[in-house]
Amino acid sequence: MSGTALSARGLNKSFGSLVVADDVALDLPAGVRYALIGPNGAGKTTLINLMTGMLRPDAGAIFLGDNEITALPPEQRVRLGLVRTYQVNSLFPHLTALESVTLAVCERRRVARNWWRELTAYSQEIDEAHDILAALTLAAVCHRLTRELAYGQQRLLEIALALATRPKVLLLDEPAAGVPREESKELFAAIAGLSRDITVLFIEHDMDLVFRFASRVIVMVGGRVLVEGTPSDIAADQRVRAVYLGKSHHG
Amino acid sequence: MTTQTLAGSHDVLRAQIRWRWSEVAFWLATLLPFVLAPNYLVLASQVAITALFVLSFDLILGFSGIVSLGHAAYFGTGAYTAGLLSVWGWGEPLSGLAIAALAAGLFGYLTSFIVARFRHLALIMITLGIGLVIEEVANHASWLTGGFDGLQGIHTWPLFNTFRFDLYGYTAYSYALVVLFLIFLVARRLIHSPFGLALRGIRENGQRMPAIGAPTRAHIRTIYTIAAIIAGIAGAMLAQTTETVSLESLGFQRSADVLVMLILGGTGRLYGGLVGTIVYMVARDQFSGLNPQYWYFWIGLLLIAVVMLLPNGILGGLTLLARRLGMKP
Repeated sequence: MSGTALSARGLNKSFGSLVVADDVALDLPAGVRYALIGPNGAGKTTLINLMTGMLRPDAGAIFLGDNEITALPPEQRVRLGLVRTYQVNSLFPHLTALESVTLAVCERRRVARNWWRELTAYSQEIDEAHDILAALTLAAVCHRLTRELAYGQQRLLEIALALATRPKVLLLDEPAAGVPREESKELFAAIAGLSRDITVLFIEHDMDLVFRFASRVIVMVGGRVLVEGTPSDIAADQRVRAVYLGKSHHG
Repeated sequence: MTTQTLAGSHDVLRAQIRWRWSEVAFWLATLLPFVLAPNYLVLASQVAITALFVLSFDLILGFSGIVSLGHAAYFGTGAYTAGLLSVWGWGEPLSGLAIAALAAGLFGYLTSFIVARFRHLALIMITLGIGLVIEEVANHASWLTGGFDGLQGIHTWPLFNTFRFDLYGYTAYSYALVVLFLIFLVARRLIHSPFGLALRGIRENGQRMPAIGAPTRAHIRTIYTIAAIIAGIAGAMLAQTTETVSLESLGFQRSADVLVMLILGGTGRLYGGLVGTIVYMVARDQFSGLNPQYWYFWIGLLLIAVVMLLPNGILGGLTLLARRLGMKP
């Protein structure tokens, strides 16, 4: 894959007088690992909501590859390969991990409307779901109900659900939110191990993780993109230091 | 190793679908009224018909999380369709059932476009509204429906041109039981299918479904239409076996009753609705013999007790008990 995987032009969004996206433009080259950083309220999650269709922009356009997707509903964007995860676990509490991921695989393969054949007849789908869970170290707990999984396992299940849709572009909203520091490194190792065919953008507050796993960084402040560049550019940028990193950065 | 756990996964899923002994026992027990209570076959037929109606409601409420207070609209549509067919001179029961199913399904399909757009309280209000509107329409169109007096002059022809619908309810119960069982088989297949899994996904987290690429509204429209068809079949059977149709068949009371019966028995487990219907209707038959005006006092008390003590209904309580005793449910 080459070229631009996901791009945005002139995205604007406000709630009343509160501007949450102010002329945001973005280009994600295929295959990169992007970090999206910025102080609380900078509009990072809003940007993911706009990109994935959970929010409608007031103005602007969004392209996935060469296709404009600005007007498409969320599920159609997912089918085209633009997929997200949530900062707060948004899972299926009374489905097992295997059932959840099998459901996502069935939706992708367009067999989820079939009601005249039993699920066990879809062994390819079940095997694929099992493989995804195994790759994320969840095979041993795949028959547990989601709500009985440990918190870190639920974070991994979020990613498993996203992978089951075979994304081209994956937007991860604080994938390690609430996970202890040690486990969050494992989680990011799993993200780093994803196929290079998948373009990844993640929101993360831990600068160690950002600098270790991102190939490029976007900094947002007050609904605007402040600067975009390599991790070392960002670390050296005076404006970024001023508004965001402050003294806490020790790079 | 991996292949072994993989095969294990298939076994676990297959085990969920397998027929259990308790299920076989349940269906064998439905034959008991023929032997033990031949004087109660009329009641048994109405229990079977209502159980089918509750089953249709479980598909939307229990499995998909769609709360409705107007489900009787589809039951009534089926009942009036079958009744009118008979009044107009076509009393053949099986084709009447099919046409009633079609009419209820069409009405369900049309309304599903509204229903699929809403959730929670708004959905309850909208389904309640649909129920009230259809009830008033039927009341107003008395030239067609007989209005408040009900539909007069229904005559159901013998089943297969052979079995007359007798006063003792022998044919009625056989007919209702066979239709209930066949549709139960379809419903059981449905909930264990990929579509059934998608419905559980909607119930568990409808907001998340679009993020895995699921067309949630299309799924809801499909199951709502299927539930309307089944409700219509139940309504048609009531019209055919009792040879009357009244406004009560699509009234609010019936929509509320179906909710109560399902919650009593336990939602989202197919058999819950069946058990709830049996308990509710047999209890009503017994209690109202003693003191009719207090009937809803007792059912109210029962409802409070069950919801407080058995959050998953009577069947949930039984499953828990069986597990405590170390039995496989």
